[in-house]
Amino acid sequence: MYGTRAVILGAGIVGSACARELARAGCATTVVDRGRPAAATTAHGEGNILVSDKGPGPELELAQLSRRLWPQIVAEMSEQAPGMDDLTEWDPKGGIVVATTDDGARELAKFAESQRAVGVRAETLDAAALAAAEPYVTRDHTAAIHYPEDAQVQPAGAAAALLADALRAGATLRTHCEVHGAVTRSDRLTAVRTSDGDLIEADIFINAAGPWAGELSTRLGAPIDVRPRRGDVLVTTPLPPTVFHKVYDADYVGAVGSSAEDLQTSAVVESTRAGSVLIGSSRRRVGFDDRLSVEALSAIAAKALRLFPALADVPVMRAYGGFRPYVPDHLPVIGPDPRLAGLWHAGGHEGAGIGLSVGTARLVRDLLLGRPTEIDATPFRVDRPAVLGRTQKGRAA
Amino acid sequence: MSPRRIPAATDAVERRETPLTITVDGEPVSGIEGQSIAGILLASGRRAWRSGRSGAPRGVFCGIGACFDCLVTVGPERDVRACRRRARDGDEVRTQARGGGGSEL
Amino acid sequence: MTRHVVVVGAGPAGLAAADAALGAGARVTLIDEAEQPGGQYHRMLPEAYAAARPQHLHHGWRAFDARRRRVLAHPRCAWWSETAVWALERPDPAEPGPPRVHVLRGPVDGGGRDRHTLDPDALVLAVGAHDRVLPFPGWELPGVYTAGAAQALAKGERVVVGDQVVVAGSGPFLLPVAASLIEAGSRVREVLEANTSGTLARGWGRRPWELAAQGGKAAELAEYGGLLARHRVPYRTGRTVVEARGDGCVEEVVVARLRADWSVVRGSERTVAVDAVCVSHGFSPQLELPLAAGCALRATSAGEFVEVDGDQRTTCPDVYAAGEITGVAGAPAARVEGALAGWLAARGDRNIASVRRLRTSRDQGRAFAARLARAHPIGTGWTSWLRPETVVCRCEETDYATVCRAATNESTAAPRAAKLATRAGLGPCQARMCGPTVAEIGARLQGPAGDLHIEGLPPASEHRRPIARPIRLGDLAAGSGTTATSDSNSRTEESSS
Repeated sequence: MYGTRAVILGAGIVGSACARELARAGCATTVVDRGRPAAATTAHGEGNILVSDKGPGPELELAQLSRRLWPQIVAEMSEQAPGMDDLTEWDPKGGIVVATTDDGARELAKFAESQRAVGVRAETLDAAALAAAEPYVTRDHTAAIHYPEDAQVQPAGAAAALLADALRAGATLRTHCEVHGAVTRSDRLTAVRTSDGDLIEADIFINAAGPWAGELSTRLGAPIDVRPRRGDVLVTTPLPPTVFHKVYDADYVGAVGSSAEDLQTSAVVESTRAGSVLIGSSRRRVGFDDRLSVEALSAIAAKALRLFPALADVPVMRAYGGFRPYVPDHLPVIGPDPRLAGLWHAGGHEGAGIGLSVGTARLVRDLLLGRPTEIDATPFRVDRPAVLGRTQKGRAA
Repeated sequence: MSPRRIPAATDAVERRETPLTITVDGEPVSGIEGQSIAGILLASGRRAWRSGRSGAPRGVFCGIGACFDCLVTVGPERDVRACRRRARDGDEVRTQARGGGGSEL
Repeated sequence: MTRHVVVVGAGPAGLAAADAALGAGARVTLIDEAEQPGGQYHRMLPEAYAAARPQHLHHGWRAFDARRRRVLAHPRCAWWSETAVWALERPDPAEPGPPRVHVLRGPVDGGGRDRHTLDPDALVLAVGAHDRVLPFPGWELPGVYTAGAAQALAKGERVVVGDQVVVAGSGPFLLPVAASLIEAGSRVREVLEANTSGTLARGWGRRPWELAAQGGKAAELAEYGGLLARHRVPYRTGRTVVEARGDGCVEEVVVARLRADWSVVRGSERTVAVDAVCVSHGFSPQLELPLAAGCALRATSAGEFVEVDGDQRTTCPDVYAAGEITGVAGAPAARVEGALAGWLAARGDRNIASVRRLRTSRDQGRAFAARLARAHPIGTGWTSWLRPETVVCRCEETDYATVCRAATNESTAAPRAAKLATRAGLGPCQARMCGPTVAEIGARLQGPAGDLHIEGLPPASEHRRPIARPIRLGDLAAGSGTTATSDSNSRTEESSS
């Protein structure tokens, strides 16, 4: 594999993580982006690295792999270049899931039990323990589980650190370069045509275009069904320490798994290193509509207050929204495209792409090198109905 | 002896003064009706009342609500722009520290 | 059906817009964050001051006062003072029109303010500008003020910021600021215009007939000049404050000579003892609402402004812009733009003589703005007075070296990635202060970003603030209740929560 020419299409966190793995494995790696690195979905999320919101199954396995890799990678990058941990803002702060209804409490207990069976650390907190861990959280709760493995990064910083490490390992970066189409030879993708007017030739091309992966794959002649799912986040003014973990409502798991078109909200509350509190989350299927929706912001605020009534007097100074790459069966797409040799996909992580990026990159590397993968990668294969099935009419959704 | 308020007696706009008192971190500070909280703080000889991330002192900079340097807590509400908020008699104003370790929400 | 025109901002432009829209028969809702109309230019004393001679502090008081009374007393005008527009919500692209206006009514930054929504037939944005101040070592010290702050405090509540004051920066605005300090009893040590006399002469000297049309402005400036001379206040060109020093607050400033490009002439530095320094290098238009409405901006040598056509229309249907957000030309020009915008927003007759006169006058105002920009440019050499540790973002205390490092590292060079990595622009002011500076440094180090349109990813802008004013989480959660559409009656309350 040494010397394999790999082109990664998209310099978000998934593309950056892939570039790092491939460059370090000896591939001649080029990262191509139509804009600049980490400017789109990567810079519009919260930086979640979660195991808590995933039930037993392939996505949890990928999350657990990623969670093992993150601290190793942060340490390796910091060795290479001091300051990378500052840029990444790696914070293994742990998550706390809070239920506020009796039904919610029962569901949460059952969910946590199933997670424990596959090795997730999930510690039940009684009222006193919850109050000690999160002094401002509502007293009006019915159950709380602490997930010490949940962590957070500053997503654009983490992506930048991964990309910088890839560049140090010999990768090259081409910005402001848009891919317009494919050059194929006997059913193999051999080059892409770019807005710079040239061809970029390679042995493999990895589609890491996030929510635009559907559009890019269509341009390359092998469409996959990845759609945008809008999310919004509120940011408060900087506060004294108020929220100490990633705290979210037990409803969140249901909203993540839902496929509803209309507005879904659930409270996700956490602090950033600078003191601002980030408040999510919403899920809306509105295409790439980037208009502000006061209804969505109000709904997020109302849910957050149920969890943290003490935040009522705190000013919100900013809101931002982004688009998650959504696949109808809620599973990432990782691996070679069965229809077009040379084309790979790495994406469709919906709201979990920051956390899952490093595990995804590791799978891509091992699949490409023909090595055994650390977890079973077949559930993420491209050749499944949700990915290939509805691509003709699906993209308009 | 700066900054200060122009004495009403010599003010060419020929105005009236109705005194009011606010407290700043519990200490009474007098001003006149119609003043902003920042105006009262300045005229009482305070040029800085907030500390930034590094702990450096801050007070008024832009004076028209754009820079957010002059933030204070008024009653239960943190992050009020002192240069824009009209003081009311009895306002309980508390100063803010951005570093903020240990202080209450 | 009576047209409902919402005017945001009650300064010279907004008040003129409201007046004209009422004259054209519209129903008007006039919104301002202050308790009284006037904006920065006609900042009024508080009512509680009961001033017998407010005109002492104003140019053109009589006309302003008459217009203010006429507008506020008009039966078709709802005057919403102490009202903040915190969000604009764009309609479905299939039904283009003005955005829904979300406001909070009550004391500035207060909790529990009333939330209302307005769905106007036309929206006039006249939200003005604030000082642009370039960073320099020590500019974050207490006692360093924007020129606008010194003027607002002196004019608006009779507080004077210092006894020994230096006024520095660029532009004719330095003169009224110095004048109001002198009037309030400060000793103004010097007024420093950063541009050289050569730049000023080239900018102001050509085509003097354009100036004649702004005669009121010229006479006003001449008057300030006379005042400075009487008080023996030196007005020096090609010089500026390159550093403020002091222990906990400003005690002295370092003044240096500048070349035409604003680079510092080394060895020309001298110190001046002060207890306050007032600085303004130009103006930053408040562009968050125009951007939220979806209006296109136009880039000029003096920065970005809202793009408007000959009718003051923005690129967003039924959204008009007037005053400093379209270009900086002073109050007379802003009034003319406001009058034109208000009249046309109300669908007043476009072919009458007074509208033709307004257009002519507006064109003269634009010529004046261009001339002002030529005479008082911000030179590119100003970064020569920065040090690596000079604070660029006041909120987050991000220094110059950090901003440069992020901009030159290709992994973090995207504006949004750089913002997250350096935190410059992420603090409470939301880049109102440092945004143009960080953008300028970034553009210089990286070259132009190029035009790239990506669906769902609007181009990065330092002016983008979807939450235009902070809103407390509890108030946001409270929801906005029902929304009435605009109709023919003259209700003042549209809807409330």
